[in-house]
Amino acid sequence: MTALRAPDPQTKASKRTEALEARPVNLDGFVDEWPEVGLVAMDSPNDPEPSIGVEDGRVVEMDGRTRDQFDFLDQFIADTAIDAATAEASMAIDAGEIAHMLVDPRTPRTDVLRVVRGLTPAKILAVVKTMNVVEMMMAMQKMRARRTPSNQAHCTSARDNPLQVAADAAEGALRGFDEVETTLGIVRYAPLVALGLQVGAQVGRGGVLTQCALEEATELRLGLRGLTTYAETISVYGTEKVFIDGDDTPWSKAFLASAYASRGIKMRFTSGTGSEVQMGNAEGKSMLYLEIRCILMAKGAGVQGLQNGSISCIGVPGAVPAGIRAVLAENLVASMVDLEVASGNDQTFSHSDMRRTARLLMQFLPGTDLICSGYSACPNYDNMFAGSNVDCEDYDDWNTIQRDLQVDGGLRHVDEREILAVRDKAARAMQAVFEQLGLPAITDAEVEAVTYAHGSNDLPPRDVLEDLKGAQMLMDEGITGLDVVRALEAGGFRDVAESLLALLRQRVGGDLLHTAAIVGHDGEAVSAVNAPNDYAGPGTGYRPEGARWEEMKRLRHTVSPSNPEA
Amino acid sequence: MTMTTTAPPPAHALDVSERGPAAQGSRHDEVVVALSPAFGGFFTRTIVDVPHGSVLRELFAGIEEEGASLRVIRVTHSADLAIVAFAGAKLSGSGIGVGVLSRGTTVIHQRDLPRLSNLELFPQAPLLDLETFRAIGRNAARYAKGETPQPVPVRNDFMARPRWQAKAALLHNKEMEFVRSGKPVELEVAIGR
Repeated sequence: MTALRAPDPQTKASKRTEALEARPVNLDGFVDEWPEVGLVAMDSPNDPEPSIGVEDGRVVEMDGRTRDQFDFLDQFIADTAIDAATAEASMAIDAGEIAHMLVDPRTPRTDVLRVVRGLTPAKILAVVKTMNVVEMMMAMQKMRARRTPSNQAHCTSARDNPLQVAADAAEGALRGFDEVETTLGIVRYAPLVALGLQVGAQVGRGGVLTQCALEEATELRLGLRGLTTYAETISVYGTEKVFIDGDDTPWSKAFLASAYASRGIKMRFTSGTGSEVQMGNAEGKSMLYLEIRCILMAKGAGVQGLQNGSISCIGVPGAVPAGIRAVLAENLVASMVDLEVASGNDQTFSHSDMRRTARLLMQFLPGTDLICSGYSACPNYDNMFAGSNVDCEDYDDWNTIQRDLQVDGGLRHVDEREILAVRDKAARAMQAVFEQLGLPAITDAEVEAVTYAHGSNDLPPRDVLEDLKGAQMLMDEGITGLDVVRALEAGGFRDVAESLLALLRQRVGGDLLHTAAIVGHDGEAVSAVNAPNDYAGPGTGYRPEGARWEEMKRLRHTVSPSNPEA
Repeated sequence: MTMTTTAPPPAHALDVSERGPAAQGSRHDEVVVALSPAFGGFFTRTIVDVPHGSVLRELFAGIEEEGASLRVIRVTHSADLAIVAFAGAKLSGSGIGVGVLSRGTTVIHQRDLPRLSNLELFPQAPLLDLETFRAIGRNAARYAKGETPQPVPVRNDFMARPRWQAKAALLHNKEMEFVRSGKPVELEVAIGR
């Protein structure tokens, strides 16, 4: 027997190692687990054991803590999220059995909801810990609130150019996004960019909802004025310390939620795995356990939905073992408590195309209420949410995956002629609205440039100081969504004015407060109330067919049997 | 895609010793550099391996170039950048403090601002190189002299998150292990060549 020689890799690496080292995945950051501080996806020795105690219709013990030991999250969850009447019966069911109910298509969604209503955070964690990702996707397919999946886009500009945001919103709406969202580099630009998003989206398709992510008071103000039609950047956290550091409590967040509801404005909370450990206050609990507390807090506050899936902290669960399984689990848990879920896939996640696609498929395959929250409709260099997992350069890939698998990801290939037409129209509508409202002029050259542009690098710069004065004027004069409707009508864009007016009327009807509400092509709200998910196994539920499937078959380049040389 | 592995800059040896409780400054042109609990102690490099000695060397050089005076303290009771920097600003004769965490995240603070506000924030530690630290030092000194400098250009890299976010979380939790109660302490800093 010959002894194995042991060459030193420090002095000479193999050619294969060099090739592997050069792969994009090795630019990603990975860390070892550290459960003591909560740097662990879904399995910390410090996570509590499930338990429940109910007396006189009130939860008096939850997950090993009695009422006098509750922190304010425990108290809020125990008093508002858990159904004390059914909790003892639900908690008595074995976690594995509840997981079976989730996965088995013959168990109706409503039966699962009834059981989950009585579960504590630790018990819900125990349930999802028994499931692998395929089982979670099976469960998600059934537990999603709305019958049809949908998708959301980011429309932002590195220069906060309102015209660029309008054109990308128009194109995004035409391509199929039902919600579009923006945010700012320079916050004072917000009124003009929110206006651009709103006008552009309605040009692309009447009924597309818009929101502008800002500090909470300003975001609410824009919503009350009708310059936006939904809100989602209301963040909640899984430990008391992180809440307090943000000068907040569950009750203050619930109050903010009711302010939106009072005006019929759709809103959802935001949370996600990794935020607490990122801030150094995870109390040694797993990321998923803390996120389940957030989800139940959202449920208890009475909001219709939640944006989760780690969101801006995706680099943290993404770096630990089973982190992406935990991210799918958090989306699933939101659906299990009957919330709309806007499921992440909205932040740069990996340098590796394989890895970012694998992460995406967890939500794409089963379908969620909003698969991305959102998809960057601008190039990532313009993305002021710090970049998304998918951007506008991925449109053709996305459409091809939809076609390959016959899975509806909410988008479609659109002919270049139609895209240029809506980009041009959105820009001209903005030109008219700016003129009507007395805002700094938009030139014909700008309209031309933005019609054909990819990103802000292709656009002539605007006079930022003049725009900011205009933005201030909009706020000072109390311009509302109705003023925008008037400006569109007076500027010759009657159809866009009508679309926007119809959308503003939704606030009065209140239909957008229903779970998972979006506005359909006929201008009516489509939600879990009038279009509940009816998946019950093979051959049931939503499957793309008919006109939608024909639309999904179209790609940029296909060879036609009737004219192969075209 | 290309892999760029930048060789770490030459290290400047750092010798930090504590000199008792930090005093209230009286010089009107003073910048107080406030270091986090494990800076130059357990930790010796930023998240992208910039040696702490070099970080301070550049910050100090920037401050000195503008002719301002300089003091260094360590905040021990928190690893929160806002708290570290604000403590420095409050002890500073000019009211200007620069807070630096071990992983490199830096902020210029002013004592009259709310704690969670700032004059200039440099949140993406992986993008902070020696040149930026020198520019931060210069600007802090100019604020201390009552001037209104152009902010140091902030760089942005949308792929910084997948590469560095988890390491940042790990480093932050590690630094929190060194948090202990007590008031800020005065530091004597020697930087080797």
